[in-house]
Amino acid sequence: MASSSSYNSPCAACKFLRRKCLPGCIFAPYFPPEEPQKFANVHKIFGASNVTKLLNELLPHQREDAVNSLAYEAEARVRDPVYGCVGAISFLQRQVQRLQKELDAANADLIRYACNEIPTALPAPPVTSSIQHMAPRQRPGDQFNSRIGNEGGFYQPSGSMPLHYNFPWNDNPTGDPAETQRGIFSMAFGT
Amino acid sequence: MINGRCSACKYLRRKCPLDCIFSPYFPSNDPERFSCVHKIYGSSNVGKMLQQLPVHLRAAAADCLCYEARCRIQDPVYGCVGIISLLYQQIHSAENQLAETKAEIAVLAVNKNFQI
Repeated sequence: MASSSSYNSPCAACKFLRRKCLPGCIFAPYFPPEEPQKFANVHKIFGASNVTKLLNELLPHQREDAVNSLAYEAEARVRDPVYGCVGAISFLQRQVQRLQKELDAANADLIRYACNEIPTALPAPPVTSSIQHMAPRQRPGDQFNSRIGNEGGFYQPSGSMPLHYNFPWNDNPTGDPAETQRGIFSMAFGT
Repeated sequence: MINGRCSACKYLRRKCPLDCIFSPYFPSNDPERFSCVHKIYGSSNVGKMLQQLPVHLRAAAADCLCYEARCRIQDPVYGCVGIISLLYQQIHSAENQLAETKAEIAVLAVNKNFQI
């Protein structure tokens, strides 16, 4: 957490707002002067007074994460003025569904292998052998054998935020903007 | 709006002009929708964001802003970034499980070949 409310180093917020950065500036710990774009984005999307209100409603130990998540949302909205973070959510949900399908297929293959159903590259021997049939293995953490994904509800965060993210959600594989919009709303809003 | 004010203009206690930027997306029968975006973004920021978009994209943008605003009201610390973080965790976990499963399949395939 950088503190820059010293007499010769106004924080990025006060520099942007062209005002004196006083000791106790609410922005100073979270908007260091080395990152001017961070506050510029947050100011553009949320506005300084809304951010102040939001921060004042939080406990001090929550504010850094709140500012970082606001900065993340603001950058997402600047890059994608229509969908913002919802585009990211939709993209990630598509990935989760794709992985779910792959995992289902892999588990099905595993079960078939375990039950000796998948033919091997070499021909089977002419005599019967006492091959023991393996039962499908029960693995811990099999939660992905059940459906996963966001049905449009709100999640409680269970860990820290991703530190870096390169906004790939604009990479629509078909390049069709209409598909992006349909996909985003069906995924994010559960419609 | 011909018959009355949109929920934004009601909230802001002003006349709703014919070309109100908010009225197509903040109908009077859903006052909570505008109050959420107003609380998080402020009406002038929302108006500016919508003005800067082509008309055919404004409805989608308004819906997304509402969604994000509601997320932020529910979770003032992480907002919808909490959802993104959770999805990343799910993806990471699924990728690990997929790699483990594929490794198990590979081992079984090799064992089968050696048995013959």
